[in-house]
Amino acid sequence: MEEYLVILLGTALVNNVVLVKFLGLCPFMGVSKKIEAAIGMGFATTFVLTLAAAASWAVEALILVPLHLEFLRILSFILVIAAIVQFTEAFIRKASPGLYRALGIYLPLITTNCAVLGVALLNVQEQHSFAESLLYGFGSAAGFTMVLVIFAGMRERIARLAVPVPFSGPPIAFITAGLLSMAFMGFAGLVAN
Amino acid sequence: MIEAIATMSALGVGLGIVLGVAARKFHVETPPIVDEIEAALPGTNCGQCGFAGCHAAAEAVADGSAVATVCPPGGREVALKLVEIAGPSCHAGGADLAGQEDAGPMAAFIFEDHCTGCTKCYKRCPTDAIIGAAKQIHSVIFDACIGCDACVEVCPTEAIIMRSKPRTLRNWYWPKPEEHFEPAA
Amino acid sequence: MKLFSLSSLRRGADMFSIRGGIHPETNKYLSAKSPIEKMPMPSIIRVPLQQHIGAEAVPLVKRDDLVLKGQLIGKARGPISANVHAPTSGRVIAVGHFTAPHPSGLPVATITIRPDGEDRWGPHLPRLRPEDADPKDIAQRVMEAGIVGMGGATFPAAVKLNLRERYPLHTLIINAAECEPYLTCDDRLLRERAEEVADGIWIMAKALGVEKVIVAIESNKPDAIEAMRRHILAAGPNARVMRVPTLYPMGSEKHLVQTVTGLETPARALTAELGVVVHNAATAHAVHKAVRYGEPLISRVLTVSGHGIKRPANIEVLIGTPVSEIIDHCGGLEGEPERILLGGPMMGLPIQSLRVPVIKGTNGILALQKTESRQKAAMPCIRCGGCIKVCPCGLMPMEMHARIRNDDLDGAVDIGLLDCIACGSCSFNCPSNIQLVQGFNYAKGRLAFKQSQKHQQEETKRLADARNIRQEAIAEAKRQAMAKRKAEMAERKKAEAAAASGAAPETPKEAAE
Repeated sequence: MEEYLVILLGTALVNNVVLVKFLGLCPFMGVSKKIEAAIGMGFATTFVLTLAAAASWAVEALILVPLHLEFLRILSFILVIAAIVQFTEAFIRKASPGLYRALGIYLPLITTNCAVLGVALLNVQEQHSFAESLLYGFGSAAGFTMVLVIFAGMRERIARLAVPVPFSGPPIAFITAGLLSMAFMGFAGLVAN
Repeated sequence: MIEAIATMSALGVGLGIVLGVAARKFHVETPPIVDEIEAALPGTNCGQCGFAGCHAAAEAVADGSAVATVCPPGGREVALKLVEIAGPSCHAGGADLAGQEDAGPMAAFIFEDHCTGCTKCYKRCPTDAIIGAAKQIHSVIFDACIGCDACVEVCPTEAIIMRSKPRTLRNWYWPKPEEHFEPAA
Repeated sequence: MKLFSLSSLRRGADMFSIRGGIHPETNKYLSAKSPIEKMPMPSIIRVPLQQHIGAEAVPLVKRDDLVLKGQLIGKARGPISANVHAPTSGRVIAVGHFTAPHPSGLPVATITIRPDGEDRWGPHLPRLRPEDADPKDIAQRVMEAGIVGMGGATFPAAVKLNLRERYPLHTLIINAAECEPYLTCDDRLLRERAEEVADGIWIMAKALGVEKVIVAIESNKPDAIEAMRRHILAAGPNARVMRVPTLYPMGSEKHLVQTVTGLETPARALTAELGVVVHNAATAHAVHKAVRYGEPLISRVLTVSGHGIKRPANIEVLIGTPVSEIIDHCGGLEGEPERILLGGPMMGLPIQSLRVPVIKGTNGILALQKTESRQKAAMPCIRCGGCIKVCPCGLMPMEMHARIRNDDLDGAVDIGLLDCIACGSCSFNCPSNIQLVQGFNYAKGRLAFKQSQKHQQEETKRLADARNIRQEAIAEAKRQAMAKRKAEMAERKKAEAAAASGAAPETPKEAAE
C-alpha cells in the first residue's frame, strides 16, 4: 500500500512532469492564459494519460515483449495514444456533450503532449506492474493539472499588472515558470527512497 | 522483420477498426448553430448584409461563407457574439473586428426639402422607424433607427443620408484614464 | 467661552464606526465665516430641464412668453422626474439646448429667461397646513414644488417621501454631515436658518410617518450643532441632534446610516429596506418653504470657495444663474485656477465653460489652484494596500483598477465595482497618484452604455417582430379576401350554372339525342 502512495506523491510533487522532468511544456506555456482553459486541459490530460499508461502497459507486456519487438516501442505507443485520444473524443462527445464542450479543442491537442508518451516510456523503463503504471500515469497527470492551474492563476494576475515593457508577455511567463520550478524543488526529499 | 511489419500492421488495422466502429457508434449530429446565430442577429431583415434576411445571413455564417462582421447595424457587439458562437472560423476572410468600433451607431436623416412623400422608405424600414404618409414629408424616429441603409437605397430623390448618432448626456461616460508611467529620473 | 470637558472625548455609545474613510484638508475656514448673502439679479437665467435623476421635464413655455416668478415652466414626465419653475419674472428668450453643467460639456434642453428686474411673483402654490395635512398631500406638494435631493444626488424628494407606501419606516436621518472639504453652505444654513430647517424636518417626518428623527452633523461644525440643538424641538419631540465624527465620506447615505444606527445597508439596496430614510438639510429647508409658503424650489445656497476665488462666500442664488456671474460677484478669479468644479473637491464635476448655469444639485463652485488640486503623474502600483484600507465600502480598488485597465469590466463587477460609491478616497490615499476612482467612473459609465445598447438591440428586435407579424397579418388578410372572392365567384358560377341547367334540363339530353 505504502509504495503506491509513494508513487502518487512522488510523481505529483517530487518528480513533477512539468517542472522537474520538463515534459509537456507546450500546453504548460500554451494553455495557461486562463484558469478555465487550464482546468479543462488538465482534466482532459488526466483522463487520457491514465488510460494511455494502462494501454501502453498492455501493449508492452502482451505484444512487444512476447514477440521481442521492443525496438518498435515508440512507434506502437504513439499509435496507441493517438487512437485512445480519438476514441475518447468520440466517446465523450456522445456520452457527455457538456464535458465535450468544456474540453473542446484541448482533447485532440493531447495527442501531441509529450508527457503522455514520456510517462508511457518511463513506465517501461521503471518496469512497473499494471497497477503501478496506472498510478504513475494518474499521479503524473494530477501533478500536471495542479501546476497548470497554479501557473494559469499566476499568469492571469501578471496580465493585469504593469510589467516593464521588455519583460511583458512570454518573458515574464518564463521567469515565473522558472520561479515555480524552483519552488517545486522544495518537494525534493519529501519521499525518501 | 516480417514479424515486426505484421505486428504493426495488425495493430494499425485493429485500432483502425476500433476507431471506425466507435465513429459509427458514437456518431452525433452536430447541433445546428444557425438558430443560435440568428438569435444573435438583430432580426430586422434589413438586407444590408447582402443576404435575403437574417436567417439567410445566419446560414451563411454557419457554413463559413460569411464573416463575423456580416451585420453592419449590429456593429461590434454582434460581431463578437458571432465569433463566440461560430468559432474562429467565421473570423477568417478579412473580418476586421478592430475596425468595427470606429463607425459608431448611425441613424437616417431625411432632407425635408427633397422628400416627395413617396412612402418607399417608410415601407422598407425594418423597424418602423420612419413615419409618414403618401405626399407627406417623412420623418425618422431617432431612437428606433438602426442605421441599416435600407431607406437610403430606395429613396428616389436621394433625400436620405446616414449620420452618426450624436453623443448625449445619457450615453456619455468618462474616458478611460490613461496611464503613462514616466521612467524614474 | 466654554471649558474643555472630558466628556467631549467620549464617543457616544449610540454611535457606530464605519470602515475606511479619509481626513482630507477641509479648508472650510475659507468660507465658514461669511454669512449667507443674496446674489443680485443675474443678467440672464438658463434653466436646464434636466436637473435631476430620471426623465427630462417637458417645457411648458414658448419663446417670447412672459413668465412670473415661481411659474411652472417644465412639467415632470413619468414617476421619477421633477418640475422646473421660473426663478424670476421675465421674458423667455429661447427654448432650446445649452451646454450642461457637466464635465462633458454636451448640450441639454434649457429654457433661457431674460429677467425683467421686477422679480414679480406669480400665484403661489395653495396654502397647506402640514399640521392637519395628509402625508400624501405633503408629498404631492413637494413633488409640485420640484424639490430634489440637494446634497448633489438630485433624486426627486417626493419619491423618497413616498417610500412609506412600500417599506415600514421608523427613522428619518437628516444629512448635514457636509463631509466634502471646502463646502460650508449646509453649515451656514443650519447656523442662520435652523428654525426653518427644523420645521422642514418636522414636515418631512410627518410625511414619512416616522417616529425617530436624527440630525447628523459632523463634529467640525460646533456652531451648527448648537444652533440646531436650540431649535430641535421644532422638529418634533423625538428629534435629536447627533454629532458624528469628522470623516470623509460621512455624508454618504449608507455610511451615515451605519454610523447613526449601526445598520449596514445591503449591497445595491435602499436604506429604506432598513426602515431608514436620509434627506439633506437643504432639502428640509426647501420643503419648509414649499409647504409653509407655497414657494417652489427656485433658489439655493451654495459655497463659492477655493484659493482661486478672490472673496470666498456662501451665496443664495437663483437656479439657472451662470457660474461666471456668481464668480464675478465674489470678486472674480485669483490668477489662473487649475480647475473649476461644481460640487466638492472629492466628487465634484469639473466644468469646461463658465457660462453654464447653477442647478438644483449644485452645492458649491470651487476654483482650485494648482497647489490644491492633486493632479500629479501616475506611477506604478506598489501594492501598498492603502486604497483597500480607506475604502469605505470594503472593496479592493487596486484589483478592480487592474481589471478595468485590462478591459475586464465583468471581472471588476465580480469583485464589487457596482458597490463603489465613487467617493474618491482611494485616489486620495494612493501614494502613486493612480487615478483609481476615475477608472471606476469610466467602467460604470461604459457598463451602463453597454446595457443600454443591449436594451436597444432587444427593442429593435421587438420592433422588427411586430412589423413581421403585421405584414404577415396583412398578407394573410389579403389571401383570405382572395380566397373569399374566389369562393364567391365559384359559388356564383355554380349558381349560374345551376340556374342555366335548371332552366334547360333537357337541353343536354336533347343534345345527346
